[in-house]
Amino acid sequence: MSDQFQGIAPMVYQSKINVPYSWWAGDTATRFFVALRDEKKITATKCGTCGKVFLPPRKACPLCFTANVEWVNVSDEGTVLTFSVARRQLAAIPHDRKIPVIWGLIKLDGADTAILHYLDEVKPEDVIIGMRVKAVFSETRKGTIRDISHFKPVK
Amino acid sequence: MDRAAIIGVGMTKIEKSKVRDTFADMAWEAVNKALADAGMTIDDIDNVVTTSSDFWDGRTISCMAVGDASGAAHKNVTCVEGDGTYGAFYGMTRSLSGSYKTTLVTGHSKGSQSISSLITNSAFDPIYERSLGMDMVTACAMQARSYMHRTKTTPEQMALVSVKNHGNAMKNPLAQLPMNITVNDVLKSEMIADPLHKLDCSPVSDGCAAVIIAHESVATKFKQKPVWIKGVSFCADSFFFGDRDLSRVKSLTEAAKKAYAMAGIKDPKKEIDVAEIYDAFSYQELMWLEEMGLADDATAGKLLEKGDFNIEGRLPVNASGGLLSGHPVIAAGLYSMAAVVKQIRGDAGGFQVKKAKTGLVQGLNGLGGQSHCVWILDQEK
Repeated sequence: MSDQFQGIAPMVYQSKINVPYSWWAGDTATRFFVALRDEKKITATKCGTCGKVFLPPRKACPLCFTANVEWVNVSDEGTVLTFSVARRQLAAIPHDRKIPVIWGLIKLDGADTAILHYLDEVKPEDVIIGMRVKAVFSETRKGTIRDISHFKPVK
Repeated sequence: MDRAAIIGVGMTKIEKSKVRDTFADMAWEAVNKALADAGMTIDDIDNVVTTSSDFWDGRTISCMAVGDASGAAHKNVTCVEGDGTYGAFYGMTRSLSGSYKTTLVTGHSKGSQSISSLITNSAFDPIYERSLGMDMVTACAMQARSYMHRTKTTPEQMALVSVKNHGNAMKNPLAQLPMNITVNDVLKSEMIADPLHKLDCSPVSDGCAAVIIAHESVATKFKQKPVWIKGVSFCADSFFFGDRDLSRVKSLTEAAKKAYAMAGIKDPKKEIDVAEIYDAFSYQELMWLEEMGLADDATAGKLLEKGDFNIEGRLPVNASGGLLSGHPVIAAGLYSMAAVVKQIRGDAGGFQVKKAKTGLVQGLNGLGGQSHCVWILDQEK
């Protein structure tokens, strides 16, 4: 930096990157979200080769590289594999969620992979790995992952 | 196979905010330092690989914005998105291709200019995951808990990684956060996402690093002692977070195995003298060590307590202070690589380790280390 800027605050250009973007969800996700929205059913794809059930569903098996998959229903109950508790209101947290926010990696019965979602109706200190949880569906469902409101402990 | 060597390294100091430096300013400094280190001029560089990330840089085709400052005018310049170790991998293949003899690789990042929680949230799948509002910290908190649950690693052991690395940084003039702290300081620092305290997390950082990779036919033509690339591999895990067993890192184990095989290493615990690995969070140093076979499963915490990974220990890890002491995201792996190169040359100054014939560098990309790049560097060809 040359001397002429000594003692002068550096110029900072304030701006933002904010570009509206529409993702085509694809026919696989569309089918998943329609079942979630209209029937409160959680659906997954099962590979005809390895037999593994993937959630979120896949058009092709990521392990076998084959499109030989079929749709199956999985349970709305499952097991917490691990979890995370935000204690700071991190910028990515949606405005309708206040700390502490708990997310779980949840393996639903009948699926071989886990999904991310909120854990609620439970204190952070009471959540443990291996805990059994059940989906609570949102009253107003719009065909998004938040048609599941959260997962709560199975009593 | 032909061989390649690293013949020059250059880095800016890592800082919380380089408000007086643009990306190009940082690249100019790092590139000129690397050229001086190698004893080269820009005319000796055959081609350029820059490494960056569009989201972090707030623009598209972010690599091109540093091309001029990297001396890429009229040269073949290409870009890699991800950690600098991946840029270096591509740079090495170009030097080995027969089309070029020397490749300049840069990596730059300014975490200070954006909001890391929003940037890393964008790594999640937009349809199924992103709107839930997780980010790198909360994703890694899940991985940390999973790793602790499986291995019984304690919060105190994780904190000790932070104590060690911040302490090592006191000897590295380029580090952002040299600190003399205690395990208790870490455990009492703000809980950001259980089980990660503030001092378990790397800081937001700015910096740029450059390395020069040469084909063996020109590796000794310039003034610097070449550090030979003996083995390198990278390997990726599944895309969806929930497809992975978060308590394990199969992709890292696989990458390390392949790099060891290429380098002819049979017992990494005995043959690796020094390592710089991706400690974006305290637990990661322990987890990565185990997954690379540098510590037995579930023992890294105990070995750390015994002092094995200290500068004077059996296997010094992150003697430079690591990324906990300064984490310019995209450039990070090149900083680690440069630190190992300096160790092997005997140029590491205050953080020089006693024996540094063979060194290991690990870079990664993605949430909780979705893919890993492992390098074995050596004094001997």
